[in-house]
Amino acid sequence: MLKLTVNGRTHTVDVEPEMPLLWVLRDHLDLPGTKYGCGIAACGACTVHVDGEPVRSCALPVSAAVDKKVVTIEGLSENGPNRIQEAWIEHEVPQCGYCQSGMTMSAAALLAKNPNPTDTDIDTAMTNLCRCGTYPRVKEAIHALARDYVAPAAKKA
Amino acid sequence: MTIALSRREFLKVSTALSGGLALEFWLPHTSASADGAAAIEVNAWIVIHPDDRVVIRIARSEMGQGTCTALAQLVAEELDCDWAKVSAEFASPNEHIRRNRIWGSMSTGGSQGVRSSQDYVRKAGASAREMLVAAAAAQWRVPAAECTAASGLISHGPTGRKLRYGEVVAAAAKLEPPRDVRLRDPADWKIAGKPLHRLDIPDKVLGKPVFAVDVKLPGMLHASIAQCPVFGGKVASVDARAALEMRGVKKVVRDENFVAVVADNWWRANEALKKVKLEWDEAGNGHVDSQSIAAMLREGLADPKLPQARKLGDTQAAFAAAAKLVEAEYQSPYLSHATMEPQTCTAWLKPDGFLEIWTATQNGEASMAAAAAASGLPLEKIEVHKMMLGGGFGRRGGPQDFVRQGVAIAQAMPGVPVKMMWSREEDMQHDFYRPASIVRMKAGLDARGRLIAMHTKIACPSIIKVLMPDAPIKDGIDFSAVRTFSDMPYDVANQQVDYAMRNGHVPVGFWRAPGQQNAYYRECFIDELAVAAGKDPVEFRLAMLKEGGKDRLVLEAVAKAAGWGSALPNGVHRGIAVADGFGSYAAMVAEVSVSAAGKPKVHRIVLAIDSGYVVNPDTCRAQAESNVAFGLGSILYQEINIKDGRVAESNFHDFPLPRIAEMPEVQTVLVPTGGFWGGHGEPAILPLTPAVCNGIYAATGKRIRSLPLKHHELRSA
Repeated sequence: MLKLTVNGRTHTVDVEPEMPLLWVLRDHLDLPGTKYGCGIAACGACTVHVDGEPVRSCALPVSAAVDKKVVTIEGLSENGPNRIQEAWIEHEVPQCGYCQSGMTMSAAALLAKNPNPTDTDIDTAMTNLCRCGTYPRVKEAIHALARDYVAPAAKKA
Repeated sequence: MTIALSRREFLKVSTALSGGLALEFWLPHTSASADGAAAIEVNAWIVIHPDDRVVIRIARSEMGQGTCTALAQLVAEELDCDWAKVSAEFASPNEHIRRNRIWGSMSTGGSQGVRSSQDYVRKAGASAREMLVAAAAAQWRVPAAECTAASGLISHGPTGRKLRYGEVVAAAAKLEPPRDVRLRDPADWKIAGKPLHRLDIPDKVLGKPVFAVDVKLPGMLHASIAQCPVFGGKVASVDARAALEMRGVKKVVRDENFVAVVADNWWRANEALKKVKLEWDEAGNGHVDSQSIAAMLREGLADPKLPQARKLGDTQAAFAAAAKLVEAEYQSPYLSHATMEPQTCTAWLKPDGFLEIWTATQNGEASMAAAAAASGLPLEKIEVHKMMLGGGFGRRGGPQDFVRQGVAIAQAMPGVPVKMMWSREEDMQHDFYRPASIVRMKAGLDARGRLIAMHTKIACPSIIKVLMPDAPIKDGIDFSAVRTFSDMPYDVANQQVDYAMRNGHVPVGFWRAPGQQNAYYRECFIDELAVAAGKDPVEFRLAMLKEGGKDRLVLEAVAKAAGWGSALPNGVHRGIAVADGFGSYAAMVAEVSVSAAGKPKVHRIVLAIDSGYVVNPDTCRAQAESNVAFGLGSILYQEINIKDGRVAESNFHDFPLPRIAEMPEVQTVLVPTGGFWGGHGEPAILPLTPAVCNGIYAATGKRIRSLPLKHHELRSA
C-alpha cells in the first residue's frame, strides 16, 4: 500500500511501486486530465507538479511520489479556472487540446518561479510537444500573464 | 460543450438497455432544464430549452479545427438567437441511421466541415427562426409578416409585444417547416464572421474528460495491442503464459491480425503485452526497405506507358523548340500523423446484444459501418459516441482499424466494457502514412524566359486504392497523387502529367492536405525556372497567372504583406510559393536563415488566404498556425523509414515534433473575396514547404530536392 497526496487529498493505493504515477492518476484515482502521449518523457502531455516542480508522470515511478505533494490539472482548477486557465481561454490557446493539461502545468510551474519570463525563458521551460501548433498562443498567453503580474513591491505601493 | 452521450434520445436508449445505469460524465445540458422542463427539438439541428438555451447539433467531428463553433455560428446566425446561450453537441450516429441520414455527411476531412454543409445548416437555422416567428404570430393572432426575430426574441412591431424563443418553441416544433427560406447576405452577419470564442475550449482547458481515452465506464477494463510489425502480416503463434500470470491481467485476446492484453489498468496491460511471446507470418514482406520502395517508384517513372492526368498541347514539340530546358527530380518520404492521442476505442457488448462504442473518429458513420462489419450486428444495434479527438489530421477518417479492433476485443469480453488504447510505438508503426513519392519534372523556356512546356512524371502510392480497394479509379489516376500538377493554375500551353501508381505494402492514407508534397515539388521547381529565366520568383509567377484569378490575388497580397523585395536583417532570406486546394487559395512567404553551422531557422511566415467567406477569423488564423507547425517538422527532420518490412521509427525521439522554440511567427492575411466557400484546415500547408525551401535556396544557393532538411549539408562551402 502506498500513500499519495494528490490535489490536497490523501489516497492509499495498492499498486506496484514501479507503476508510473500517470497510470495511478488516470486509472486508479480517476483523474484523467493528465494525458499519455509517449511513455518516454518526451512529449510532456503527462506533466504534473510534484512538490511544485513540473514532472513527467509517465516516467516517474509512483513510489517516488510518496510523501510528496502531487498537483494535477484537476487540482489547478478545483475552485474554477485559475488565472492561467483563464488566459488560455481568453487567448484561445488549445486546438485539439490533448497536450494542454501538460502545457498548462508547465506554464504554471514556470510562472510560479519566474513571473515575468522572456521568450528565451519560455523556450527553455516549455518543452511540451503540441501537434496542432498552439505555440504562438501559448507564448502570447504567458506574456499576457506576465504583463498582468503585479510584483509584491508594486502591490504595496 | 456537451457531447453525444448527453443526447436525450440516447439517454433514453441507454437507460432502457443498461437498466438505468448512470454513466460517469458531467451533467448534460440537454437532458433537462433547471426547472425540469424538457428541451424541444425544432428540427434535427436545433434544440431549444424553455429557458432559451439553444443546443446546436454538429454532425462533423471536432479535432481542434473549430468546426463545432463555426457550424454553430452559421446556424445561430440564421436562427438569430443569443450566442451567449448557445452550446453544441454531436449528433448521434445511431440516430442518424434511424432518421435516414438526417444530418448529411459526418465525414470530417478535406477541410469540408463548413464549406460542404454551410448551405443546409444555415437553412436549418433560418427555417427554425421562421417556425418560431410563425408560432408567436399565431399566439398573438397577427400576420407573421408583422413580426421580427432577433437575439432570441420575437417582436410584434405594431403592438410592441415580445415573446422569447423558449416560450414559443413547443408550438413552433409542431408547425410544418417552411418550404423555402432566404439566407442572409454574409455582409449582414452578426454572429458568423466574428472571432467568437470556441465552444469546446473551456472544458479542454479545465482537463475535463472530453477525449476518447478519458472514457470511464462501470467495471471497465483496459487493453493494449500488438499488430504484426510487418504490414500485411498475421499472428502465427502466441505464448501468453507469462503474461497471464501478471498482476491485473484478465485475458489475452488473439485475433487474426493482432494480440491484445486486457487488464485492470492500461499500464499493466501494456507491460504484460511485452511478455507475450509472439511469432508472426510476415506475408512475404519482411525484405522490403526504403531502398526497395524507392526502386519500385523509379521503375514506375521508367514505365513508357503511364496514364496521363493532364495533356495540353504538345510538350515534346515545345521542348524541341525551347531555348532552354530544365530538369529536376524531387522526392519525399513517408510521414506519420502522430496524433497526440494514440488510436483508441472503447467498446461494450451489452448482454442484450447492443454494442456501444466511444472513440475518436473523423467519421461517426464510418465508425458505425466498421463496427457493424466487425460485429455482424445491424446498425440499429450499435451506437458510436463521438468524443473530442486528440488530433486527427486524416488518421481517424478513412481507416477505422481501431474500431474493428475495439469490437473484436469487446466480443472476446462480452458484457464488459474494454478501453483499448495503442501505445505510442504501436501508433507510430501502424499508421496510414503520407505516401513517399518521387517526381521528375522537365520544363522548356523560350528565348524570353517564358515557360512554354512542362512534363511531370509522378510515382506515388494511391491513397484511394489502399483505403478503398473496391473504389473505381478513373483512368488509373488518383487525384490525390497528381493534384497541383493536373490542375496547375499557371498558363502554360504545353503540359503533360503522367502518373505511375506504385503502391507497395506500406499502408498510406490521408495526411493533412493529401497530395501536399506536389505543391513542394511544383513550387520549388517553378523557383528553379525563375532563376533559369533570370526573373524574380514573384514576377515569374504573376506573368503566368491570369488577371482576376484567385491564385494571383493571394500571391500579390502575400508579396505586399511580407514586403517582398524589401531589406531583411542580415542573413535572413525570403522564399515564396502559391497553391490552391481544399476550396481555398493560399500564398506564403517564409523568412529563413541558415547558421554558420548549417542549422536552418524559420523566423516568420506570412500567409495570404482566400476562402471566399470567413466564418470565424480567429480559428482561421489558428489553422494557419497549425498548418505551419504541422508542416515544419516534416521539412526539418521527420521521416518514416522502412527496414525489414517494418517502420524503423517508434516514438518522438526518432520522429520529433517541433517545440515552441522552433515555431516561427505566423502572420495571416485573410483576403476573402466572396462567392465561394473554401476550407481552412489544410490549404495553408500547401505553400509552406516550397516557401521554406525556396528561402533556403535564397540563403545558401542549395536546392532542396528531397526532404527532410536534416540530410542536407547547409553550411556554406
